Amino acid sequence: MAQTLMKGNEAIAEAAIRAGCRFFFGYPITPQTEIPEYMSARMPELGGCYLQAESEVAAINMVYGAAGSGVRVMTSSSSPGVSLKQEGISYIAGSELPCVIINVMRGGPGLGSIQASQGDYFQATKGGGHGDYRMIVLAPASVQEAIDLMGDAFDLADKYRNPAMLLADGIIGQMMEPVELPEMKEYVVDPEKKPWAATGWKPGDKKPRAVVNSLYITTEELTELNERLQARYAEIEKNEVRYEAYNLEGAELVVTAYGTIARICKSAIDELKQEGINVGLIRPITLWPFPKNAVRDAVMADGVKGCLTVELSAGQMVEDVRLAVNGAKPVEFLGHAGSLLPTAEEIKEKLKSMREE
Amino acid sequence: MAVVFEKTKMLTDAEFHYCPGCTHGVIHRLVAEVIDEMGLQEKAVGIAPVGCAVFAYNYFNCDMFEAAHGRAPAVATGIKRARTDACVFTYQGDGDLASIGTAEIVHAAHRGEKITTIFVNNAIYGMTGGQMAPTTLVGQKTTTSPYGRDEAWCGKPLRVSEMLATIEGSAYIERVALNNNANIIRAKKAIRKAFECQMSGKGFSMIEILSTCPTNWGLSPVEAMKWLEDNMIPYYPLGVFKDKTKEGE
Amino acid sequence: MLEQNLFAGFGGQGMLLIGQFLAQAGMMEGKYVSWLPSYGPEMRGGTANCSVCVSDSPIASPVITKASCVIAMNRPSLDKFESFVRPGGTLIVNSSLIDVKAKRDDINVYYVPANELAEQLGNMKVANVVILGACLELTKCVSVDTVLDAIALKLGKRKAHLVDINKHALIAGAEAVKAK
Repeated sequence: MAQTLMKGNEAIAEAAIRAGCRFFFGYPITPQTEIPEYMSARMPELGGCYLQAESEVAAINMVYGAAGSGVRVMTSSSSPGVSLKQEGISYIAGSELPCVIINVMRGGPGLGSIQASQGDYFQATKGGGHGDYRMIVLAPASVQEAIDLMGDAFDLADKYRNPAMLLADGIIGQMMEPVELPEMKEYVVDPEKKPWAATGWKPGDKKPRAVVNSLYITTEELTELNERLQARYAEIEKNEVRYEAYNLEGAELVVTAYGTIARICKSAIDELKQEGINVGLIRPITLWPFPKNAVRDAVMADGVKGCLTVELSAGQMVEDVRLAVNGAKPVEFLGHAGSLLPTAEEIKEKLKSMREE
Repeated sequence: MAVVFEKTKMLTDAEFHYCPGCTHGVIHRLVAEVIDEMGLQEKAVGIAPVGCAVFAYNYFNCDMFEAAHGRAPAVATGIKRARTDACVFTYQGDGDLASIGTAEIVHAAHRGEKITTIFVNNAIYGMTGGQMAPTTLVGQKTTTSPYGRDEAWCGKPLRVSEMLATIEGSAYIERVALNNNANIIRAKKAIRKAFECQMSGKGFSMIEILSTCPTNWGLSPVEAMKWLEDNMIPYYPLGVFKDKTKEGE
Repeated sequence: MLEQNLFAGFGGQGMLLIGQFLAQAGMMEGKYVSWLPSYGPEMRGGTANCSVCVSDSPIASPVITKASCVIAMNRPSLDKFESFVRPGGTLIVNSSLIDVKAKRDDINVYYVPANELAEQLGNMKVANVVILGACLELTKCVSVDTVLDAIALKLGKRKAHLVDINKHALIAGAEAVKAK
């Protein structure tokens, strides 16, 4: 198929549609607004539903209603808006519903800025809402990868009856790159495959009526729900870890970074290679489940002195890296909160200084 | 033996958890009977609130959702947009609808969302144990207005039906009470009209039902009915506030 | 080959658009490309810039800090981005609107009166394409013909009649730097 030049946000929207998503509920916020704009033009062409909600709170609850009805549904927002969605995400996770949420991250805290950021790693991977729940979190580093991960996000959400998030920085949303789009997929709700969905019920039906709910008033019932969820999360951790390994062979140091920042790190690694310095990269693609074994194995390899984590934040993923390495080797951090991008030069300098220590 | 009365099949056999004298049970039955009589059980999807009716999903014998506090109209919107032929209703109390959920109810009405809302107004927060609601009357004592609701401090109670009737997208809005048999029959007719309005695609419909809370009002069920008549109905007049069903006939 | 171009001006000068022309053309020639805009409330009248990478191999970072070519369409852009040009790189200054000279002597600086050249062509709006013409002549990162194809694609059928003036604009820009 021919390549087209597409902006990240628009590519994400089209990829969702091609994954069979016909229901979108959202609210404008920079730097993701091209997603609702694109959806508002595209959905009517396909007989789908684009609805601008009164708030992010309402949007995520509309997602809850549609997800409980069995359809493929999504919402998108950026950091402050995603904070507003946390209540609904917790309910969706507690009600064991599949849906996809996009966060095109911008600087924070508070109103922050509209520039790119990776400051929502904790919120996405550690449960931004209340209760013991997890979201599958996918972090693309290119527009093409964002497209590919959109299809995966819907499939994983359905497979595990769990919300999945595409966590992109503002650069992914705003950047244009050549892409290939997947074939269009029609998604038809199959009550056999989603027996829990509210697709209509009458007395005498084989399946019980649907009750979409996260209220389990007794300790026993709530324990049972949580055990079921934890078992599912363990399955996801076992089956769905994804990462990219780059230049690990003979590396003296290992860099961990995700999203666009990982690409800046790659530039630094490529330039260092020309100077005869070998540095490897582990780029988590699933932020949850975190590729802890891959990070540990890469850093613990013979000849590797330590690890540098680079983020566009004050240091969030670095905590997971440190848990994976567990004190066995030094893990240092380079990053900025406030949306000032780390440069390849900065990264190279830091790596060189680590090498000399 | 001839069967002279049968419980509607739109209610499950689960026993209500409501307090003695509370009108939720009556309202459940009216809503259930209307859905049953209209032959809508298979298409019906209800959304339970957070509040005394939080377990409504155990009682209505159809597909049910439980919503976060105040969000039922947004959840209903998602369902109705996904299944345009469904019969979708929210069942909400005054804390849920008139306080934390004002944005959701106003905008569901504003969009002319083809759903039906059953709004139970008993002028108090029941489930959490009798706190002040936006609908609590001036001077009314609750656990968070122990000296009586002070108008200068908290404003006057919100009249939701009147407010929503001003919104273009609302198609049928009526306030009813359950203080006597005639009014209960009226309430059932109103509920039926609201569902008919939804199913004929006219727009958003809501029935506000003035209801008692003997437990948290600290009154006997009989005294509570009298209190409702003497205090609530004068401030919350009964009647139809919006009726688009006649238009275009 | 990795060409890292940074096009800067104020909002409305069409810097993001010529960046898209270049990225589109690069893709049409089978190269790896990326186009990254500055974005925000400065859409009208404020500064707007974009980074365009064109490469024979996959592009690691789309973020440019050492540009092979910088276009400064107005004074604030020159002040901000002169330092971004890598030593030996190219800086193209719109001398119609910028009355100062570049400070550095380790780069190649070209002064192109883009607005005046556009005016001579009869359409002030193509000043951005004039300066893109200069950029293409100096960097050779894609061919002028492919850029014209990209412009035609972007203009669509309705504005197809504008392809011609864009062609003249590209040539005028190229001539301006050839004459140096």
